[in-house]
Amino acid sequence: MNEQVVQKLSARFGEQTFETSEFRGELTVVVPKEKIVEVCRFLKEDVDLQFDLLADLCGIDMYTPMKRFGVIYNLYSLKNKHRIRLKTFTEEEDPKVPTVTSVWRTANWHEREAYDMFGILFEGHPDLRRMYLPDEFEYFPLRKDFPLMGIPGSLPLPKK
Amino acid sequence: MGLEHALGDSFLTTKLEAAINWCRKNSLFPMPMGISCCAIEMMAFAGPKFDVSRFGSEVFRFSPRQSDVMIVAGTTTYKMAKVVRKIYDQMPDPKWVIAMGACTSSGGMYRTYSVVQGIDLFLPVDVYVAGCPPRPDNLIHALMVLQEKVSRGESRGSSTAIMGDFTTNKPQPLPVVAG
Repeated sequence: MNEQVVQKLSARFGEQTFETSEFRGELTVVVPKEKIVEVCRFLKEDVDLQFDLLADLCGIDMYTPMKRFGVIYNLYSLKNKHRIRLKTFTEEEDPKVPTVTSVWRTANWHEREAYDMFGILFEGHPDLRRMYLPDEFEYFPLRKDFPLMGIPGSLPLPKK
Repeated sequence: MGLEHALGDSFLTTKLEAAINWCRKNSLFPMPMGISCCAIEMMAFAGPKFDVSRFGSEVFRFSPRQSDVMIVAGTTTYKMAKVVRKIYDQMPDPKWVIAMGACTSSGGMYRTYSVVQGIDLFLPVDVYVAGCPPRPDNLIHALMVLQEKVSRGESRGSSTAIMGDFTTNKPQPLPVVAG
């Protein structure tokens, strides 16, 4: 099944080869962020693949200047009972990734969570607000440079 | 005393403040501020097996306006702290607070940016309960400790003197640790 996915991808996006790796039968494809929506839509709508479930979408902080932030998409095909993983990276300055809400509606809240924790801006997202933290909070707590105990005074307490 | 002698055995004389504090102590209405897992133990504390009604505290009120003691049961995040404080502010005086469990008392195992490291940073706490979560017996013990405080007319949170000594300015009572 993994070979079929790689084959289909290289047939469709022939001019551009994606970096792929396989570990214990799990396929990971690294996709440039400009192509991510197109690749996702292809994987979902292709009749043989049908990756119709976005099982999870999460952010990652690599803590390197060029590939500072990443977004990881875990896809599942209900028809083939098969999982693959997509990865895309973005730079530290202006961390933008196009949204995949147009492909899977469920990406809406997942992307909001990744924005809340990492500050990754999903371009074209219909409702990019904070998810867990208060609206007035200014930091992104899962970034590597955020201290564990937070920044003093950033979360005000009610008066005693 | 002359008065008791004159009236015989059918009468009992006491101070009004002592009588009122006795009434308060035996009819504490809890406000269940069940935020996380400690709330399950708090439900057991109210349920038939541990049966807190034996101590006159069976009427759990889900309205702060009808309750006397707030049992804060669970991890309090900074986001939730505003809500807890708002509910506490709506309770009528005199009022008491039980901090139930390690998270509520000190942040517990959540030593992180999002969890308040002890609700005493924004609330006056009367009794702390140790445990993660505390057993219902432990919470009953906390309630009994609180009842002793109530019968002495002590409350850390009530802004006005509760009953009794209006003339002298008593120092604020210290919180008690139960369990």
